Amino acid sequence: MTASMAQAASPLLDVRGLVKHFVIGGGFLGKPKATVRAVDGIDFSLNAGETLGLVGESGCGKSTAGKTILRLLAPTSGTIHLRGADISGLSKAEMRPYRRDMQVIFQDPYSSLNPRMNAGEIVGEPMLNYGLATASERRGKVAELFQRVGLRADSMVKYPHEFSGGQRQRLGIARALALQPGLIICDEPVSALDVSVQAQIINLLIDLQQSFGLSYLFIAHDLAVVQHISQRVAVMYLGKIVELAPTGELFANPLHPYTEALLAAVPAANPKERRTRALLTGDVPSPISPPPGCRFHTRCPHAEARCKLEEPALKQTAAGHSVACHLR
Amino acid sequence: MTVAALPETTARRRRSPLTEAIRRHPTVTAGLAIMAVLVAMAVLAPYLWTIDPMKLDPRFRLKPPSERNWFGTDHLGRDLYSRVIYGSRVSLQVGLAVAVVATLIGTAIGLVAGFLRWVDALVMRVMDGLMAVPGVLLAIALMALTRASLETVVIAIVIPEVPRVVRLVRSVVLTLREQAFVEAAEAIGTRFHRVLAKHILPNAVAPLIVQATYICASAMILEAILSFLGAGTPPTIPSWGNIMAEGRQYVRVAFWLLGFPGLFLTLTVLAVNLLGDGLRDMLDPRMRRRL
Repeated sequence: MTASMAQAASPLLDVRGLVKHFVIGGGFLGKPKATVRAVDGIDFSLNAGETLGLVGESGCGKSTAGKTILRLLAPTSGTIHLRGADISGLSKAEMRPYRRDMQVIFQDPYSSLNPRMNAGEIVGEPMLNYGLATASERRGKVAELFQRVGLRADSMVKYPHEFSGGQRQRLGIARALALQPGLIICDEPVSALDVSVQAQIINLLIDLQQSFGLSYLFIAHDLAVVQHISQRVAVMYLGKIVELAPTGELFANPLHPYTEALLAAVPAANPKERRTRALLTGDVPSPISPPPGCRFHTRCPHAEARCKLEEPALKQTAAGHSVACHLR
Repeated sequence: MTVAALPETTARRRRSPLTEAIRRHPTVTAGLAIMAVLVAMAVLAPYLWTIDPMKLDPRFRLKPPSERNWFGTDHLGRDLYSRVIYGSRVSLQVGLAVAVVATLIGTAIGLVAGFLRWVDALVMRVMDGLMAVPGVLLAIALMALTRASLETVVIAIVIPEVPRVVRLVRSVVLTLREQAFVEAAEAIGTRFHRVLAKHILPNAVAPLIVQATYICASAMILEAILSFLGAGTPPTIPSWGNIMAEGRQYVRVAFWLLGFPGLFLTLTVLAVNLLGDGLRDMLDPRMRRRL
């Protein structure tokens, strides 16, 4: 097999055993040290042009996973391969060329835009950073990007506070597109928006994916949104992926009890529909001291003695469908 | 499509820009007006003197305010009005110099402390140490080490003021670097120096300007205190503190010796504080998010 074939066969993004722990406390007269196991060994890969949804409750580590893959955080262990290149141990300077290929859209369209820069400067900054265009060319390219994301080119001179939430998120998308990346990590890009605006942004993202052949790692807690945009979905619980399956398969045939519970929590369109599945009780255990064995056993309706002792591995049950549960 | 932002209501009653400014920012306008008069006074001092402020005239010792000596005279017969006018130069120079120098040094140290953990631990302990000693005491100690001149007075006041700026800048940097737009800047490949110049500093300017005005005011008071205690501006230069120090023993027979310089010092500090308060109110809403 030649090198080019190997590259073509390898996925765009490949994450193996990714771990991100935060050490808190410690220091002189401080609280005793503790380790927050935000991301505790996750594996997945993402192909070119594909969208992988990453869902889970607040605090399950999905955003941390996104930021670690972006190398805004340094991974504790594990590897991240972007187009076959290992970026998990690179320094900030070494990381710079790879950033052109991997961009991010943040959750909060308010805090992710510098209030002291106007919209044109914000969207043009990535090009300026990589010296991709002269000042006058940049203006034209920024105007193009504005139109592409559904903003008026003459609003380039406006400041972020003069835009609505949805328009601000469009600015964030235009900024992410400016470097023509292959992968965009969407960190809950619509959670802060109104439902009506959510749909517009999701449709814009799908439209852009088709035009530019983008791949998305789509982090969200809203299953309906994920179902609409993703080809495959990974469900995270307390720093681990508990189930990974094609979207249709996951929604039709959830295997992990946690996935079942998540699906049961989606509000039904028909209020008279009978609910048979039990909803979860209790809270997510602390990631500082996750439960032994299966991390979900404290809340699982089907837990057995074995679940409290042995940690289940993520194993494939059907084509492309993996689950980490002793009982399935 | 999201609806384009509605045009702002332009149906405002027609007013001249000046009245509009006064109505919207009365404190800033008041502060600016007083400051303008004081600055004009300091700059035009050579033209406003009626009698040479250094000239001794034993015939007119401790005279009350009169047509010849508008603010009266001191125990050596020097004209108080001319001396007070001249004194404004010292106060304004010291206030401005200290505000600028302390802000620049403090900003530089604060930026480094906010970004580098190990520097932070070291620098902040030194700053805490400096803040533990009262500013006046520290300034007196520093003055005792050197010969009295206007420059040494400025340095002696800058050193106790620097920690205030450092703390402010450090806390602003610590807040800002956690903001998503700073993370975004890193994600789009912005180099560190540009992150500082375009993302951190512009967002720290508003609180810095306000802090600088307060430093300016407190520097003026500190200068007067130092001079009053004989540890500040050399007695050959008439500063408000010097005039009050010399007049202290005659206050029972010549109230004007304390009254006039005290009044001017109060007015100046008031003006600077009004300016600072007003600027804070003016700059704050822009920092807040509006929808």
